[in-house]
Amino acid sequence: MFSVSFRTLLSKEVLRFWKVAAQTIAAPVLSSVLYLLIFGHVLESHVEVFPGVSYIAFLVPGLVMMSVLQNSFANSSSSLIQSKINGSLVFVLLAPVSYWEFFGAYLLSAIARGLIVGAGVFVITAWFASLSFAAPWWILIFALLSAAILGAMGMIAGIWADKFDQLATFQNFLIMPATFLSGVFYSIHSLPAFWQTISHFNPFFYMVDGFRYGFFGQSDVNPWTSLTIVVLFFVFLARLTIRLLKSGYKLRH
Amino acid sequence: MTAIAITNIDKSYRSLKALSGVSLAIERGEFFGLLGPNGAGKTTLISIIAGLTRADSGRVSILGHDVVTDFREARRKLGVVPQELVFDPFFTVRETLRLQSGYFGLKNNDDWIDEVMNNLDLDDKADANMRSLSGGMKRRVLVAQALVHKPPVIMLDEPTAGVDVELRQTLWQFIGRLNREGHTIVLTTHYLEEAQALCNRIAMMKNGRIVALDTTDALIKRVSESQLTLQLKEGALPDSLQPLVSNCDLSRPLKTYTLRIDNYAELEKILAQLRENGTTIGDMQLKQADLEDVFIQIMNGEAG
Repeated sequence: MFSVSFRTLLSKEVLRFWKVAAQTIAAPVLSSVLYLLIFGHVLESHVEVFPGVSYIAFLVPGLVMMSVLQNSFANSSSSLIQSKINGSLVFVLLAPVSYWEFFGAYLLSAIARGLIVGAGVFVITAWFASLSFAAPWWILIFALLSAAILGAMGMIAGIWADKFDQLATFQNFLIMPATFLSGVFYSIHSLPAFWQTISHFNPFFYMVDGFRYGFFGQSDVNPWTSLTIVVLFFVFLARLTIRLLKSGYKLRH
Repeated sequence: MTAIAITNIDKSYRSLKALSGVSLAIERGEFFGLLGPNGAGKTTLISIIAGLTRADSGRVSILGHDVVTDFREARRKLGVVPQELVFDPFFTVRETLRLQSGYFGLKNNDDWIDEVMNNLDLDDKADANMRSLSGGMKRRVLVAQALVHKPPVIMLDEPTAGVDVELRQTLWQFIGRLNREGHTIVLTTHYLEEAQALCNRIAMMKNGRIVALDTTDALIKRVSESQLTLQLKEGALPDSLQPLVSNCDLSRPLKTYTLRIDNYAELEKILAQLRENGTTIGDMQLKQADLEDVFIQIMNGEAG
């Protein structure tokens, strides 16, 4: 069903992060655990969350989703920028790999890394909280779609950036603020009205909120609304990425 | 069938015209040289053939497959050794070659990978990480990567730039064998003696255009002039020979004159005139025109 070219590119992209797992998997898991220990204990009695849900339990899905988002983005963006800068992308560009195969391989490897790190964070942080699984399919669907969205964003950033500092700009001024302001650490109902309104324009909020619904059966907005927005956002980014790949923008000069 | 057919290729980078109306047909089995000074457009042309760069207009096909509309087949037929020493630092040599095979749709290609590594003296580096290899070894891997899918057309963009004599010999022996087996070879190089020895046909480029295209022998014949260097032991150069002098060095212990001659028959006349003049020759060298002379003349616009 899938061509040897596609499978090879996918396995190469997975091997690329797997070979340096201490940096690409273990380190982000550790960071998230530190977030849980520090924010969880400091904010436990200060932040308003869902009724009957402890702050630590509330925080766990948020941290898992944050890890998924950041690592999916990091995987596709860093792979592309590194191979562009060191020139090794030429080996793929010279090969009979279609832009669909290119897109699929980079996207799936980004999803794989995002989900592996997310699962790692979940397994460790779950020790600190009693979690429920009110709607497990929603957990899976939102994790997959969110990883895919950030994988596509990583590809766009990696294609667009010519230098590491340009990629860092994308990451620091877009991905990081959108992630931190998505409700990872709080329910947006605890925010002033103005910031609640602003949060509704952040697609990352719907990813985190829908994902959290899968655990607690409670969310800030209707999960179907979140799902619709997340699917539409993915379709938009996927089409944009494929368009860039098809045109050869910054890849085939 | 034509191995590479290039028709009316134009390419500009903003205001810089990199290629202007380039057309060229490279036949199957040729060992073809693409020569020119830096910035002539050789690498741009190779990049367009390889699909790494898109032409503004014109068309390129490899063994009948268009590099844009039928890119899969076109790329399967082509192996490219890039000019830059690029590598993926995450993998070993064998992993790199297996991945490259896979990109071209080949599974279980280890027999050929072993043969390529053997021919390029890479066997003992098979499990070494790419990062740990010397520049010459990395260059060998680049060549191996271009050959993993047994492409009928092979393009080498300055493959011997900055590499030692041993690699050059190994590389040219292997590439020569592939050419004899029927592979079409396209080579760009700044080493003109290499091009003269290897290529049966040559195109010279300047400012994005092809300014000369012929067999290597025919190109060299365009410059009929040879150079005769005389070191005089006694006496002076006769006045009758002064018009032939292209260079002289009177500061040496033996006065040295370089004379242009069109053919060997002139040599006899020159020697006779020296005898009549009572001039004794200390040393004498005759240098035939070579590709470098042709290249210089063509680039200077003298022998196009």
